[in-house]
Amino acid sequence: MSDNTINIDGQTVPFLPGQTIMEAAMAAEVYIPHLCHNPEFTPHGSCKLCTVSVNGRSAAACTMPAAAGQQILNNTEELNANRRALVQMLFVEGNHFCPFCEKSGNCQLQALGYYLGMMDPHYNHFYPARAVDGSHPDVLLDLNRCIMCELCVRASRDVDGKNVFGLTGRGIHTHITVNSPSGRLGDTNLAVSDKAAEVCPVGAIIKKRHGFAVPIGERLYDHKTIREVQTEAHK
Amino acid sequence: MPDNNTILLAVQTAAARHGNDPANLVQILREVQDALGHIPEEAVDDIARFLDIPRVRVAGVRGFYHFFHDRPHGRYEILFSDNIIEHLQGKPELLQQMCTRLWVEPERMSEDGLVRVGSTSCIGMSDQGPAALVNGVPVTRLNMERVETMVELVQKGVPLSQWPADFFQVEDNLRRADVLLGEPLERGAGVRAAVEKGSDGILAEIDRSGLRGRGGAGFKTAVKWDFCRKAVDTGEECSIVGPKVCDNTAATVRYVVCNADEGEPGTFKDRVLLNSHADLVFEGMTVAARVIGARQGFLYLRGEYRYLFDKLNGILAQRRRDGLLGENILGSGFSFDIVIHLGAGAYICGEESALIESLEGKRGTPRNRPPFPVTHGYLGKPTVVNNVETYALAAKIAAKGGEWFAAIGTAQSTGTKLLSISGDCERPGVYEYPFGVTVRQVLADCGAQDARAVQVGGPSGTIIGEGEFDRRLAFEDLATGGSFMVFNRERDIFEAARNFSSFFAHESCGFCTPCRVGSTLLKKGMDKIASGHGTCADVEELKRIGQLTRAMSHCGLGQTAANPVLQTLDKFWGDYEKRLISKEFEPSFDLDKALAVARRITGRDDAWAHVSAD
Amino acid sequence: MSEQKKIRVATCSLAGCFGCHMSFLDIDERLLQLLEHIEFDRTPLTDIKHCGPCDVGIIEGGVCNSENVHVLKEFRKNCKVLVAIGACAVNGGIPAVRNNIDLWECFQEVYHYGIGLKNGQIPNDPELPLPFDQVHPIYEVVKVDYFLPGCPPPADAIWKFLTDLLAGKTPKLEYETLHYD
Ligand SMILES: Cc1cc2nc3c(=O)[nH]c(=O)nc-3n(C[C@H](O)[C@H](O)[C@H](O)COP(=O)(O)O)c2cc1C
Ligand code: SF4
Ligand code: SF4
Ligand code: FES
Repeated sequence: MSDNTINIDGQTVPFLPGQTIMEAAMAAEVYIPHLCHNPEFTPHGSCKLCTVSVNGRSAAACTMPAAAGQQILNNTEELNANRRALVQMLFVEGNHFCPFCEKSGNCQLQALGYYLGMMDPHYNHFYPARAVDGSHPDVLLDLNRCIMCELCVRASRDVDGKNVFGLTGRGIHTHITVNSPSGRLGDTNLAVSDKAAEVCPVGAIIKKRHGFAVPIGERLYDHKTIREVQTEAHK
Repeated sequence: MPDNNTILLAVQTAAARHGNDPANLVQILREVQDALGHIPEEAVDDIARFLDIPRVRVAGVRGFYHFFHDRPHGRYEILFSDNIIEHLQGKPELLQQMCTRLWVEPERMSEDGLVRVGSTSCIGMSDQGPAALVNGVPVTRLNMERVETMVELVQKGVPLSQWPADFFQVEDNLRRADVLLGEPLERGAGVRAAVEKGSDGILAEIDRSGLRGRGGAGFKTAVKWDFCRKAVDTGEECSIVGPKVCDNTAATVRYVVCNADEGEPGTFKDRVLLNSHADLVFEGMTVAARVIGARQGFLYLRGEYRYLFDKLNGILAQRRRDGLLGENILGSGFSFDIVIHLGAGAYICGEESALIESLEGKRGTPRNRPPFPVTHGYLGKPTVVNNVETYALAAKIAAKGGEWFAAIGTAQSTGTKLLSISGDCERPGVYEYPFGVTVRQVLADCGAQDARAVQVGGPSGTIIGEGEFDRRLAFEDLATGGSFMVFNRERDIFEAARNFSSFFAHESCGFCTPCRVGSTLLKKGMDKIASGHGTCADVEELKRIGQLTRAMSHCGLGQTAANPVLQTLDKFWGDYEKRLISKEFEPSFDLDKALAVARRITGRDDAWAHVSAD
Repeated sequence: MSEQKKIRVATCSLAGCFGCHMSFLDIDERLLQLLEHIEFDRTPLTDIKHCGPCDVGIIEGGVCNSENVHVLKEFRKNCKVLVAIGACAVNGGIPAVRNNIDLWECFQEVYHYGIGLKNGQIPNDPELPLPFDQVHPIYEVVKVDYFLPGCPPPADAIWKFLTDLLAGKTPKLEYETLHYD
């Protein structure tokens, strides 16, 4: 057992062969900020919020295999400042108007902003023209808020077996598209009970008629930081 | 618009030719587009049906590659190469002239569907530019006169096959040959040696030669091949332990891939190798196959080099006839064959794992590594990916042994390197040098008397100024994939850096946040400075964004996307300084311009309808 | 502290809804405490039309038209410290939702097809501020020193923020008072 450990910010963390740094950290209740990672799905590695320093080199904790003796820096001022900058980038590349977003208070992007002390989006806004698709009777797709984490893609493909969502475009024009010739969500076989309908960490995929059900003050991140919420959830 | 039957037929034909195999999706899409002019929604549905994959995957791949279109884009599509060298040689003026004469706006198809004129990333012709792709075929040495003739040909609807042949003339411009290009190898000698010496024997020679990859990163070729041949496929997990299994009748399937994506702006040496020394390249791939125990190889040819496709297939066919490829090569029992896959306009597909994704018929997104291609490559099988030049050299080494090669070059960079030289010099073209040559020597040889800067290794590489011309081209000093762009004293290095920033923003695959957004922010920042609105604060911001993009990006593209900005800020500050305004702060957008729409609508032009700069 | 010269504060609302100002008033009786240390220059509470030299300028709302720019620049010029308060000042907020609607369509909707309109005309009175093609947060137009997000920020956040600022500290909000909504 003694060689199967890594060191995160001075703390010794054991790992099982095959585990990523993120998995080992979660099991030990060490929080590494993450956004595109969800322990229920195959690791993806796109948001880069989980970037840590492994033996002096940057790596995404969610995809990097744990290996004996790794010296890892995680909760440092420098890394958190970079993470804050990434969150700011995600805010300005989309259209995030929290005041009228139904996900507000339960949104992971927002919660990371709070956790990392983001006071403003800092960069100049892109204000991209993005589509809102209300064609589905039970689910709303608002690409203005999409952060391209592909959790919906993974959920639909790997859990629901439907492939309702996929990415298209490239570079800054990358965006989610759906599996119907019309390009409308209403013409796909997505069901409101699908995993893909509930996995979105932000307000891009929203169940209709469920909005603002939880009053302000009782929402997921109103009193607890994302660190507390996610560390408890993974216990 | 093609009707549904035409579409169905086109899809059926293309899909059938590629075995209805989803791994060939990129190839199928290209052929469908060839037949239909673009890839309409109906074709996406048909393809999805024939290949039995979700349509969303087909649409996702179509949307990734620059050369795929979901709507008509003109019976003539003319794409000017956007390389900085060609830019400085008059590309913007030529493009503008063509647009003016054809009555079209850049990047927009004419209303009658006749023509679209636009730009595309470097097409590998910067030694004979400005150049453009016309319906995918390169037209070189453009000047106003040529543009004028092209306009007439387009307007008259003359098919490309009847355009003047010299328009399509692509010269090798080989200026300096050394052991690779100067001493011909008897055709088949490499393969014969491979068959005779066997896996261990050849690998020992490659190892002795000290050969390192010529694609830029310089990984030891023998080590890569050895990892791959030792990688054993256990069903789910592949690992580099186990016994050696390198004979290609064994259970583990392995692949050899030749990276002919040559997308780094300013490189074109692989073009010359493939045009005039393709046998050598295929020979090297066959040698690699013998070493690792592969039966199947791929040449991933960038879409811009499509004009070489038929020729290369012809050479492959000849090699099969000669017993140098295919079943039972030279009667030895060893079998190996090569298929050419065409890219479709995506620099990122030169990154080896993105290339493999593309080969598998997917969006060219770089994979998470580890695992590396040597254990988990094409279809998850152990795969060797090497540059075109690496294979050509490997063929020579197989035939002649490793010793002589190791004697050339420097201690850590043995052998020779092909350089693609372009820009402000008298004799642009391909030069072969032993590693260790100084930049100064190269400049003298190519006739660059007045050089101010050289971009070594392309935008992702290193820019050097006069003070560094005594540095050497070698992995221990200036590593390079071969691009060598010369700028004379009249050139504005800021504009070069801005061109490179646009390139990276345009070519980012979009997978990871720091590169997708960071490269876009860098481009915007450079554009702001170019417009005369940049401040010192903007420069500081560029530095911070650059550091972040470099440190946090997923792959080499994002990790190097900030190089041009960060390096030129450091080395050519004067070119920035003269553009900056001495204010503490300048708005992110042009305030007065942002009122123009409202002025037009209201018909106002009074003082209140404007915002002054201050 | 009361011995010292009072800190002069100006506030205004650009493309905002005065919600942040209302929330500011929600600090209730603490306002009196505050007034021991500060005095107001231009605010919606005073009758001062132009911002004079101030210690702190607080801006609600984003920049949507030419007049906003004039006011904002005047604040920047006169205030030692400039604070963006509320979602609109920080990222454009609700007004920025129009950013992907063509301005011509906006004008048509407002002046030609709006409910109850007959023979509507697009006004071209030189007195009227002219709208930008897009709404921007104020930090894209002038340098901003501090941000206080929220729609509106809760009174407690404003109180904490201001008292920190007046005490010469970098304002720091408790987790529960930092909000983007
Ligand atoms: C963005 C990017 C683009 C690349 N483009 C090419 C290319 O066009 N040709 C190439 O040989 N290698 C390219 N590479 C390097 C390949 O990933 C890989 O290292 C190389 O093909 C290995 O071959 P070698 O060992 O023979 O050099 C690129 C890498 C990156 C990150
Ligand atoms: S819609 Fe949601 S789950 Fe899907 S990619 Fe966008 S942010 Fe992720
Ligand atoms: S660094 Fe850029 S090119 Fe590479 S994965 Fe990230 S977005 Fe794609
Ligand atoms: S959580 Fe690891 S990259 Fe997104």
